[in-house]
Amino acid sequence: MDFGLSSEQRMLQDAVTRYLSEQSPLGHVRDIAAAATPYSPDVATGLADLGVPGVIIPAEFGGMGLGLLEAALVAEALGFSVAPVHFAGAHVMAPLAILLGGSDSQQRAWLPKLASGAARAAVAVSQAVEGRDGVGVVARDGWLDGTALFVLDAADADLFVVADTTGALHLVAADAPGLTQIPLTTIDKTRSVGELRMTGVKADPLPGGGGRTTRRIIDAGRIMLAADILGAGTAMIEQAVAYAGTRVQFGRPIGSFQAVKHMCAEMAAALEPCRSLVWYAAHAFDHAPDESTLMACHAKSHLSEVGRFVARTSTEVHGGMGFTDLAGLHYWFKRIGLDRQLLGGPELVRNEAARVQGWIAV
Amino acid sequence: MDLTYSAEHQAFRREVLVFLEAHRHAAPKGGGAAQRPSAEAVAWQKLLIAHGYAARTIPKEYGGYGAAPDILKSRIIGEEFARASVPPGLQSQGISMLVPTLLELGTEEQKRRWIGPTIRGEVIWCQGYSEPGSGSDLASLQTRATEDGDDFLINGQKIWTSTAREADMIFCLVRTEPDKAKHDGISYLIFSMKTPGIEVRPLVTMTGHGEFNETFFTDVRVPKSQIVGKRGQGWFVANATLKHERGMLGDPGQLESRFLALAELMRTETAGDGRIMDNPILRDRLLRLQAELAAMKFNGLRVLSASANGGDAGLARLIVKLQACELAHQISALAIDALGELGVLYESSPHLRAHGGWQQAYMFQLGLIIGGGTAQIQKNIIAERGLGMPREPKLATDWGRL
Repeated sequence: MDFGLSSEQRMLQDAVTRYLSEQSPLGHVRDIAAAATPYSPDVATGLADLGVPGVIIPAEFGGMGLGLLEAALVAEALGFSVAPVHFAGAHVMAPLAILLGGSDSQQRAWLPKLASGAARAAVAVSQAVEGRDGVGVVARDGWLDGTALFVLDAADADLFVVADTTGALHLVAADAPGLTQIPLTTIDKTRSVGELRMTGVKADPLPGGGGRTTRRIIDAGRIMLAADILGAGTAMIEQAVAYAGTRVQFGRPIGSFQAVKHMCAEMAAALEPCRSLVWYAAHAFDHAPDESTLMACHAKSHLSEVGRFVARTSTEVHGGMGFTDLAGLHYWFKRIGLDRQLLGGPELVRNEAARVQGWIAV
Repeated sequence: MDLTYSAEHQAFRREVLVFLEAHRHAAPKGGGAAQRPSAEAVAWQKLLIAHGYAARTIPKEYGGYGAAPDILKSRIIGEEFARASVPPGLQSQGISMLVPTLLELGTEEQKRRWIGPTIRGEVIWCQGYSEPGSGSDLASLQTRATEDGDDFLINGQKIWTSTAREADMIFCLVRTEPDKAKHDGISYLIFSMKTPGIEVRPLVTMTGHGEFNETFFTDVRVPKSQIVGKRGQGWFVANATLKHERGMLGDPGQLESRFLALAELMRTETAGDGRIMDNPILRDRLLRLQAELAAMKFNGLRVLSASANGGDAGLARLIVKLQACELAHQISALAIDALGELGVLYESSPHLRAHGGWQQAYMFQLGLIIGGGTAQIQKNIIAERGLGMPREPKLATDWGRL
């Protein structure tokens, strides 16, 4: 009985955190945010050297073969540094879809390339979370037609994992005839979200890519977004505490005033238990299948609420400076804002949690 | 992350289950409340001590079971007693606060005399800490103990002395050195509540019950030998005790059973066109609390693991009292809101749900948010000790002229 991280898990997280603090400081994040594509190939290459793209891909395909908890620790480190790279879609949901639903030949074709970082995959499952008018991909006789929004990790993708209106999954090559890619501009300039329009695109269905696989990859994606919020929130609290310790008004550091001190205490008190919730949700995904969807919902919805509170409060602790581009705090604020909405906002996710427990009709 | 128990702990769990099966018929109905326990409860307590399910780590020579500390075994006992709805050992301020303090800082004679009767429920204690003028700033307390031969003469007033009317004894902070700085002039005394000069008046709270009291001391004569720790070190002794109190106030197991009762209420009670659970707004609030409860439950496991491994979870531990008391209050608030007009019924009204317990809990839990270190003091502790933020500059005070 030990509810905590192993030394190997801590080493993995520390390695990613250290790499990002050296190679992806705020200056680099600013450069990427100002560029046309919110994605840093340099940082992606450096993370590939650490094995990050293959974190959950089994060793037989060239990956690290680790669990979702290790993936969550990486996601937390990426959120902490607002790293302008792919992760939840490209390195967790897409490989997981191919592992759970792909044929032998699909797995052999894609997993080694995804593990090494030689190929990148994006994930288009938003419509399986929440349908919208005019959106949806219809599969008919091996061809795909329609529109997918909020494609995760869309920039520079070689492959798309696409859910159709029945929840079944398909692989679509980025250069497939009939496929149009449109970047979507969001508040968060550190991550790539896109739209796909398909007119008679040849589908390569994942034979095991039914509703259950889609459910699993959404659960995993939600846990990764929750972990990203955890990291971003931790960074925002650290910055608020540091600022309050150095900023002097009325002859005292503002952090010695209870009004300011209590804002920091409230943030820490709300966020600290979230760490254990994210760890458990990720652990349950691999080891407690009966609980995994419920815990993924709890992690996603609760981190979204706490993340919003921390993002707002940390900004306020910084006073007017928090509102400026100069402090750069807004990169974390917006990252948390994006994480909250993707794969279902908290109200939608909580309703799913009620359904999973049989509290309301499915 | 290993959430399985070792073979030793699994075997221990089976022992607990066998005990519960064999003895549950002898358990008292009301459980271990704050008042003087019934004869039945005292007998149950003796049985629990004999089997190591109460006073488990108290040394045998002082009347305990004498087991080595094993936080996981303590947790297993707590879990299985709760699951079987069998009352655990007595819980009182004497057992949870005075006994650990005596073990740490008492004389050999004090340990031999008081620990056994206290853990058996034969001697009931109350706590004399807070005063009308000394709440959050406890160290400013002004109840005076002046020397008179081999005795102290105590004059002053304490407040929030729960169980003072039932108590045989009090552990009490008094100022023995008025000329010293405020933290250095306090001593920790234990004395009988039957000593002449003590008057206890019930302090009726918003729940309508007198859970607390005000206690007045007029020339109360206490032998100097009844000091715990050294003279002038009472503040240090009291902090050893407070550490034990704060651990009591944030038990996630209790939160979980309150939550399950709320979810059951919302699944079964109908209001308007359907079950309360079918109301999307109330349901959303329920799920929000459930997610927060899950976070607190796993936070508790993390704190427990750190402590079982000889470490300290730091911030994860410091936030428990603040967050758990607030969450408990929110659970009761939702139950009241879910019941609509029925939610206001109280005492012995017709149509009452859960014996009026949700309103009682809602009010009492507000007391817990304030008591044992207010939410605001908790935030100071989290910010200063957990986050390393600067302290509030202190105003100079002249304690020599108290």
